Amino acid sequence: MSNDNTISRRGLFMNMGILFNGLVATALAVPIVRFVLSSVTRGRANAYLSWVPIGSVAEFPEGETRLATFKNPYVMPSDGKTVDTACWVRRIAGDQFQVFAVNCAHLGCPVRWFPQSGLFMCPCHGGAYYRDGSRASGPPERGLFEYPYKVQDGLVTIQAGELPTPGAPTASLYGKKPPCAA
Amino acid sequence: MRRLITQVGEWFDHRLQLAAPIREAAEHPVPRNTASWWYVFGSAALTVFLLQLVTGILLALIYVPSASEAWSSLQALNHDVALGWFIRAMHGWGSNFMVAIVLIHMVQVFLFGAYKFPRELTWIVGVFLLLMTLGMAFSGQVLRFDQDAYWGLGIGASIASRVPIAGPVIVKLMLGGPIIAGATLSRFFALHVFVIPGMLIGFVCLHLLMVLKLGINEWPMPGRLVKRATYENEYHQLTRTDGAPFVPYAVWKDLFFSAFILLAVAACALYFGPFGPAGRPDPAIIQTAPKPDYFFLWLYALLSLLPPSMETPALLIGPVVVIAALVLLPFLSGEGEKSWRRRPIAVLTILLIAISLGTLTHLSGYTPWSPHMNAWSGDPVPERFLHGRTALERQGALVFQVKQCRNCHSLGEAGGQRGPALDSVAVRLTQDQLIRQVIQGGGNMPAYGKNLSPVETTALVAFLETLHPAGQVPARDAVLGEASERRLSSQP
Repeated sequence: MSNDNTISRRGLFMNMGILFNGLVATALAVPIVRFVLSSVTRGRANAYLSWVPIGSVAEFPEGETRLATFKNPYVMPSDGKTVDTACWVRRIAGDQFQVFAVNCAHLGCPVRWFPQSGLFMCPCHGGAYYRDGSRASGPPERGLFEYPYKVQDGLVTIQAGELPTPGAPTASLYGKKPPCAA
Repeated sequence: MRRLITQVGEWFDHRLQLAAPIREAAEHPVPRNTASWWYVFGSAALTVFLLQLVTGILLALIYVPSASEAWSSLQALNHDVALGWFIRAMHGWGSNFMVAIVLIHMVQVFLFGAYKFPRELTWIVGVFLLLMTLGMAFSGQVLRFDQDAYWGLGIGASIASRVPIAGPVIVKLMLGGPIIAGATLSRFFALHVFVIPGMLIGFVCLHLLMVLKLGINEWPMPGRLVKRATYENEYHQLTRTDGAPFVPYAVWKDLFFSAFILLAVAACALYFGPFGPAGRPDPAIIQTAPKPDYFFLWLYALLSLLPPSMETPALLIGPVVVIAALVLLPFLSGEGEKSWRRRPIAVLTILLIAISLGTLTHLSGYTPWSPHMNAWSGDPVPERFLHGRTALERQGALVFQVKQCRNCHSLGEAGGQRGPALDSVAVRLTQDQLIRQVIQGGGNMPAYGKNLSPVETTALVAFLETLHPAGQVPARDAVLGEASERRLSSQP
């Protein structure tokens, strides 16, 4: 038995070997972690928050709510149909719009618009919303998610590259709701 | 010939040196009373897991984990590849069986007190095996990349997003980007095919190793208490005096049950066929009511029945509490009585959980909380509610249908169940109360004030006032009634 305070030549080499492996592992961890987090760190500047057209103003009659589809701005070759997203477009009057995500504010199921009763209804857990997107009844804790929109040269465009969820409703990214939300 | 086989065997074993430890493991003595039909669920779970490995590899020969092609590759498996449908069906039913058998195994272990000293870690590893099995079930449903899978992912993302602060980051990690798309399917493929199965294999080995090292739990006898100081000696005493080699004394029941389960999976696969895929995963098709597979239906029901304010805490804290309780169980009751005959609270807990899960699953079969989207245009107003009515009342019946009241309220047993049935609403509410309820809503009903003209409201309420059983008078305002009586009596 050797003294506790001494270290053998072989023992030192082994410890150095462990240290060396630790250093290499740390160095390799940087690109690995960055790769794993790439879906998070891609950054706002990227294409996925650019403005996408959903149709010309004339396609949306005043006072009515219509379904529109748009192609998600961030597309990968393997995405298939999943980048074709739907949204509900309510033209209040003139250039005043409200563009709602189809995703229920409860758990994201697609809500359907019933013009006769002026309600959006969710088939999953029975959430209901009024025509202006505010909560009418059921489990949702808030109104429908709204996409920021603008009207340019007779074209309605929205900023909608992100799946709206209760934890990250699209509108909150921009600090304010569209002017017509009230 | 026989000599040749023996020689080849010996050649290999001289190099591998596995025969002795395998024989030792197979013939290790187990208490005689554990050779019971109650002790077959663990091995059955392992068998179904092996079936899932084999059928999963076979499916991976054809399946394409790409959002643009997964759905059509599943169609090809179902229709073009010889017996592709059968392999898909085996894998799908195998998954259902595996979840069920793992749960039954867990209940048996719990009721037989097998998690107590010294098998605490075996139980904890088992808890993680259950979580991984559920993870496989969910990720497998995602790989069946159809409408249900697409919207199911959205539900998963909505739940994950509610985690304070980290929510949005978790969602992007889970989806592999800002939306549900190709990267989402690819990462669930990696989880389902590499990550979770790898961990499952490792944990199954640990679980089995501990069963071998610590010995199978003896049949619990009421009154025979587990004590840390003496248990292991008592157990070895038992295997010496009343033990028998696992092979062949006990193993034949495991073999029979495993074969029976495989046969049952195959029978279900043959008879019921594969699961889906349902409609194309096209988010622009919104005419869909997504539903999870059966083992998550209880959760689907729970999420519609919880009060909104309770939901986020329940979703985020609930799983932590449940997992913590399962992991801590062997530390909180690691000693003492094993027999379920002397553990009424354990039995009641199992019954309570089983009844709750069963009830929630049953409810999710007919979703009374969801509006019936087509009731207003599909379900006729029963004739008896229209017969002999005035023009105004019939107009009200029309308003009732057109304004989609029917989606949430049933008449004559047809229509939604979200709100109360209205067959006898006139008995419950007076005219004023009806008007108020229609215009202002309340009690989980939207306000219709802005969507009904005064004429429509009058007609609707007139119709609603006719909805009472024959011979039962409609509700009337007691105060108004008194006033009119007084007026009558004051007349000369």
